[in-house]
Amino acid sequence: MKIGTKTSNSTKCYHCGDTLAGTVYEADGHVFCCVGCQSVYRILSSNNMQQYYRYNTHPGKKLRERSERYEYLDEPTIADKLIDFKNDEITMVTFYIPSIHCSSCIWLLEHLYKLHPAVVASQSDFLKKQVNVTFKHPDLSLRELVELLANVGYEPKITLQDVVKAGRKFSQKGLIAKIAVAGFCFGNSMMLSFPEYFGMAAFEAKYSMFFGWMNLGFALPVLLYSGRDYFQSAWHSLRHRQLNLDVPLALGILVLFVRTAWEILSATGPGFADTLCGLVFFLLVGRWVQQRTYHHLSFERDYRSYFPVAVTRLGAANAKPVPLAEISVGDRLLIRSNEVIPADAILLKGQAAIDFSFVTGESEPVEKVLGEIIYAGGRQLGEAIELEVVKPVSQSYLTKLWNNDAFKQYKKRFRTFSNVVSQYFTLVLLAIAITAMAYWFLRDDPAKAWGAFTAVLIIACPCALALSTPFTLSVALRVFDRHGFYVKNTAAVEQLAAVDCLVFDKTGTISSPSAARMRFEGQLQAGELAMVVSVCQNSNHPLSRELVKWAGPMELMPIGNYQETGGKGIEAEVHSNRVRIGSAAFTGARDAAGASPTGSRIYIAINNEVKGFFIVEQPWREGLREVMGELAKPYDLHLVSGDNAKERERLREIFPPDADLLFGKLPAQKLEYINKLQHTGSKVCMFGDGLNDAGALRQADLGIAVSDDINNFSPGCDAILDGRSFVLLPRFLRFAKDAVKVIHMSFGISLTYNVIGLSFAVMGTMSPLFAAVLMPLSTVTIIGFTTVVAHAYAAKNQLNNIRS
Amino acid sequence: MSAIFFLIGCSVFIALIFLAAFFWANKTGQHEDTYTPSIRILFDDEPPQVPEGEEETLDVRTPE
Repeated sequence: MKIGTKTSNSTKCYHCGDTLAGTVYEADGHVFCCVGCQSVYRILSSNNMQQYYRYNTHPGKKLRERSERYEYLDEPTIADKLIDFKNDEITMVTFYIPSIHCSSCIWLLEHLYKLHPAVVASQSDFLKKQVNVTFKHPDLSLRELVELLANVGYEPKITLQDVVKAGRKFSQKGLIAKIAVAGFCFGNSMMLSFPEYFGMAAFEAKYSMFFGWMNLGFALPVLLYSGRDYFQSAWHSLRHRQLNLDVPLALGILVLFVRTAWEILSATGPGFADTLCGLVFFLLVGRWVQQRTYHHLSFERDYRSYFPVAVTRLGAANAKPVPLAEISVGDRLLIRSNEVIPADAILLKGQAAIDFSFVTGESEPVEKVLGEIIYAGGRQLGEAIELEVVKPVSQSYLTKLWNNDAFKQYKKRFRTFSNVVSQYFTLVLLAIAITAMAYWFLRDDPAKAWGAFTAVLIIACPCALALSTPFTLSVALRVFDRHGFYVKNTAAVEQLAAVDCLVFDKTGTISSPSAARMRFEGQLQAGELAMVVSVCQNSNHPLSRELVKWAGPMELMPIGNYQETGGKGIEAEVHSNRVRIGSAAFTGARDAAGASPTGSRIYIAINNEVKGFFIVEQPWREGLREVMGELAKPYDLHLVSGDNAKERERLREIFPPDADLLFGKLPAQKLEYINKLQHTGSKVCMFGDGLNDAGALRQADLGIAVSDDINNFSPGCDAILDGRSFVLLPRFLRFAKDAVKVIHMSFGISLTYNVIGLSFAVMGTMSPLFAAVLMPLSTVTIIGFTTVVAHAYAAKNQLNNIRS
Repeated sequence: MSAIFFLIGCSVFIALIFLAAFFWANKTGQHEDTYTPSIRILFDDEPPQVPEGEEETLDVRTPE
């Protein structure tokens, strides 16, 4: 987003800010790059909403071809699943709108009532990219509302697996309330403990009873409400015959409370109420830091968020949109251009050109003839086709992966550092406590024996230890986040540090779908190139856009009789020359497949004379060679691609000589391959992007989805890597290792504190003041140390600067 | 000196009011979205007439 800069209005589109080329559209003295931008402006200006353009220059996004049709929203069964609330008059609904990106967006979405009087209120949440709309449904249907949003450039993303609803399940409200109670009690009990610590004159001593009772009153809600989770977790862990870190914590909290209550009730001492409250408070803060997650990203997506919500079923009399779940074998479906095929089906009518890139990794569209089976997951590029379903959605080739038993039961088992440590920690702690108690009993000093026993359990309560992991790794998460690497949780960072084997998918993962390289083979004069570019300018096909970008700015010519044949090509007349651009069959060229090993081709024919073809090569991601070079040494590298082996030679040069390169693998084979590697003892990290990698991503110890648009679909995974940050991968891996090193160091520090405290505790000479100072001191040291050192390591790995 | 009972009682009572206020804020979702309201407050009710070409954009940054 441009901030505070003035841009000349004459060379850039007033709406989206794209550089103007060729035909310019005008309205009210502003210029626009395309009809789409102009129409959004018209809608807004006719509703007196030009303010949209005041908060940011060029706030709009180019209207892409509408990817969906919304007839299905008129079906009550589907609409009811999407809305939040409905009564006789109003409906409330929350949409996820990926194109929300600036303050103008917020303004527009919160002033929807200006666009349509039936909208009662709308409120947006910028970070979650959501908008909540309340509207009068007798005057405005859900479908009309969605179309209204789409018309002004804010098309909601509606999927079967509703991200909006899934995100709402998770809430930290309960934890925050517990922190508030613990903090409240901590502050108050510390204030009431001060007189005791500073010493009281004889005449003040009568108040100490009052202070003690007050303190006990504050400790009670902390024990019963704020600290409840620790007891539950410890009990759960013990029942499974394990010792997690919550066991010594719960033991410490309990002993603190019992001893405090005993001292106060028997009027023998002031107790440790403030230490107890402080301990629980800091622990909960640590838990809160650890639990902060990304609202706007979903790591649990499966095929349902990729598939359409509904599909058009052709009945005897009419075509009707139905939810996917209602589709059964034998149904006839109508699939329009750009729609996804939801179930394995036989082609009955029409020309199918299916883009399977997301499913198989194959980059070129596949042509199918009548009677052939088309697998679910492909996207139809050409005209509308009719299909007959041969397998229900849940049993289709692709979706079967998710219904696989292994896939369902699968749960990642990874023992974090603190889990490993806590096993020994608890046992050693109990041993020391019992030894100290036994020693004082043998010396016939039972009072001191109990004192020493409880003091050991209190002072060695691994508060600092419990905090070192969340605080270190939350710094790591934030550093990754700033650089376009979104990790699901802190355990995944530790896992990232532990992997020793990296497996890459090819298409979309190490090759970049966006920045294609292009060259021309054949004869084309300068004037003719301008003709071609003028025609391509009008098409939204990715290859056309690529060609325009490649050609650069040039004088454009007026065109006429423009026609686009989906999946085949485009044609138009330029200065009474017939220009045809597209596939070999479309232009009448002899298909010279095999002559060039790589890439897609765009053939050019002018007046029925084939001039040659453009070759679009899918380039590797920026810095791929360097990344692989750096990773070759510490890691075991593999490539598992669904594509054919045509690029083997080029990849051989990039990957180290000992790397395994596998091609033509089916999704299930990828999963199997990961499994095989794991059986040899490797900790496997899988990088993938498509549905075809979903199984492998789940099977791997760590699954990382590489995506160029993080708001778009990415398969279920542990982390999402922005494609532009691919070059930073070696640094991310190094930093993860460093972060784990920081945890080890802070563990050493907290252990030192424990040893100091224990040496007093076993002597039976620990005073409440000593505990009240040592506990927060060690906590603050750990928080400070981990934060500073983790940032220092980030700087060492050159991850301190925010990506521009 | 018995005033101290009264004073401590008062201070705890006031603190409890704040705690209740925090609970209320938490329950009504005021901590759910901490970013959008900060932009919302900058929107004008009616657009002031700014001469063409001198338009300024608000310096509203989006967190990256």
